[in-house]
Amino acid sequence: MNVQEVVNSLSLEVQGSKGNLEREVTGCYISDLLSDVMAHAQAGELWITLQTHPNIVAVASLKNLAGIIITNKRVPEEETLRKAEDERIPIAVSASSTFEVGGMLFKMLRC
Amino acid sequence: MTQKKNIEGSFHLTGGDFTNAGGASSELKSLLTNLGIAPEIVRRAAIATFEGEMNVIIHAVAGVMHYLVTPEHIKVTLNDMGPGIPDIEQAMQEGYSTAPDWVREMGWGAGMGLPNMKKNADEFRIDSIVGEGTTVEILIKVKEDESL
Repeated sequence: MNVQEVVNSLSLEVQGSKGNLEREVTGCYISDLLSDVMAHAQAGELWITLQTHPNIVAVASLKNLAGIIITNKRVPEEETLRKAEDERIPIAVSASSTFEVGGMLFKMLRC
Repeated sequence: MTQKKNIEGSFHLTGGDFTNAGGASSELKSLLTNLGIAPEIVRRAAIATFEGEMNVIIHAVAGVMHYLVTPEHIKVTLNDMGPGIPDIEQAMQEGYSTAPDWVREMGWGAGMGLPNMKKNADEFRIDSIVGEGTTVEILIKVKEDESL
């Protein structure tokens, strides 16, 4: 399953790096602590978070993640979207909670 | 591993510059990848240097990240003009942090930085003088891909 399929299934709104949705999604990591993501997320995973500042792109890029999903209608900062474009890291936004998005993604990837 | 010579350089880090956070580690990661170093080694170096870079940005006025890549190892030294660490043993404990609340709200300052650096390094050394600054040195061995 690629990022585009996840976006379609979960009705996400892609706001950053819209042209990079072909990447295969290997899993998901959920955390709002950036060091935790650096320590435990795996390349190819989608990252679900509430954080909206530009450092999330640097972390996702360094860990070679497939993309970032921001939950609870939070709005990514302008600079975050600009960096997402530069680093080719898709950022999608959901109106749903982290629990709901994570739950749906778990079903899609594991069941 | 195709690299024969030593390669070294440094990045200047500015305290409080969260906008460019990760820039130095990202550049170093590209350099290591281009040298043909195994992805697993590059991954460990990237995590350790990003954490080191964040420590300088969060706590210090400024700092320098110096790297030396030899055919045997990657050595990174982070030297900062920061407040210094009074109790290094305490600072090394996972979960202990002196970062201000606004930094924690960004998801940093969880007290995982130094432990993450140590975990990803083969050798780790830290020295600090209160009121002057902190030096962290990490060494990661660059092995031939012998695990396969």
